[in-house]
Amino acid sequence: MVEFNLPKNSRVRVGITHPAPENATNVKRFLIYRWNPDDGKNPSVDTYEVDMGACGPMVLDALIKIKNEIDATLTFRRSCREGVCGSCAMNIDGTNTLACTKFTNDVKGDVKVYPLPHTPVIKDLVPDCSQLYAQYAAIKPWIQTQSSPPDRERIQSQDERKGLDGLYECIMCFCCSTSCPSYWWNSDRYLGPAVLLQAYRWINDSRDEGTGDRLDELEDPFRLYRCHTIMNCTSTCPKNLNPAKAIGEIKKLLVERQ
Amino acid sequence: MSSQTSLRRARGLGSAKEGVHHWWMQRLTAIALVPLSIWLLTSIAFLAGADHARVTAWIANPVVALLLILTLTAMFYHLKLGVQVVIEDYVHAKPVKFACVLANNFGNTVLAVSCIFAVLKIAV
Repeated sequence: MVEFNLPKNSRVRVGITHPAPENATNVKRFLIYRWNPDDGKNPSVDTYEVDMGACGPMVLDALIKIKNEIDATLTFRRSCREGVCGSCAMNIDGTNTLACTKFTNDVKGDVKVYPLPHTPVIKDLVPDCSQLYAQYAAIKPWIQTQSSPPDRERIQSQDERKGLDGLYECIMCFCCSTSCPSYWWNSDRYLGPAVLLQAYRWINDSRDEGTGDRLDELEDPFRLYRCHTIMNCTSTCPKNLNPAKAIGEIKKLLVERQ
Repeated sequence: MSSQTSLRRARGLGSAKEGVHHWWMQRLTAIALVPLSIWLLTSIAFLAGADHARVTAWIANPVVALLLILTLTAMFYHLKLGVQVVIEDYVHAKPVKFACVLANNFGNTVLAVSCIFAVLKIAV
């Protein structure tokens, strides 16, 4: 059954507060989820008062400042710091997004920072994405052809190339999948919006010859049809993509081939 | 702790290779129910305050009986499809899920057949 309450060992405690330096003029409070697998304690929400006068504009800048200057134990993933790698995906102010492209100023009041919802937490803001990666691998995200390879690149027309727009830009940050209630309840079998968008990226690639097999693999009450067009995926995507539309296109193709 | 790889779990038992029919029928019945429900609700509104004889005479009209049977068929089929999705979404324990799906199928079939029988009994 769906669980609406957190298990006992996951109930979140109030953590410690790190006050701002006395000379700080522009203080913003960051309420950050903390969990350490080694100390045996329940998760807590620690409060960090950050002097925004000496901090960059993005939430990631504040997290790095906290780690450098206030509390070196704070753990999170980050790499490119410009919305390309997808590492710093987390739940900020109630919405899944990338810490590196989210302006701290856009958050009214305290900035609440949690890991991506419904993922196992490794530590603090670091989620375990291994299931999501396995689901991605399961849709065979590479070109499938039977014709003998050409002597040059596999060409496609400009119009055919346009079919990949809105799909190839996905950075696999999984903000969408982890915002989807259907994925929360049935992630063991439902592929989720991120992986389905990738599946459609290969279905819609004019160079790929495995369309029918790909559709066969998706035609399943759980893998595809757990999508109930809730649209959280589309509203949360930090790259402004539309996974819900990609899923709709897959459903249309399945009806078309009936 | 399982020694299975994530990929084995992700692939699971493979694709069921069905689901389009369920999805498509849910939409077809929804489309059919738009005019049928409007017709039914308007008719009931017009019949407000009518006595038993007038209502049975109304049901006995062949066109009305036919439309009622169509409405009931589409409605209970749509209900069965929708409730099944809700069960699959939220009920995960296999025996409970099986019992719920069974109750949904049998319950809706019994209700649909009873309603249609009642219409026929009055109309024929």
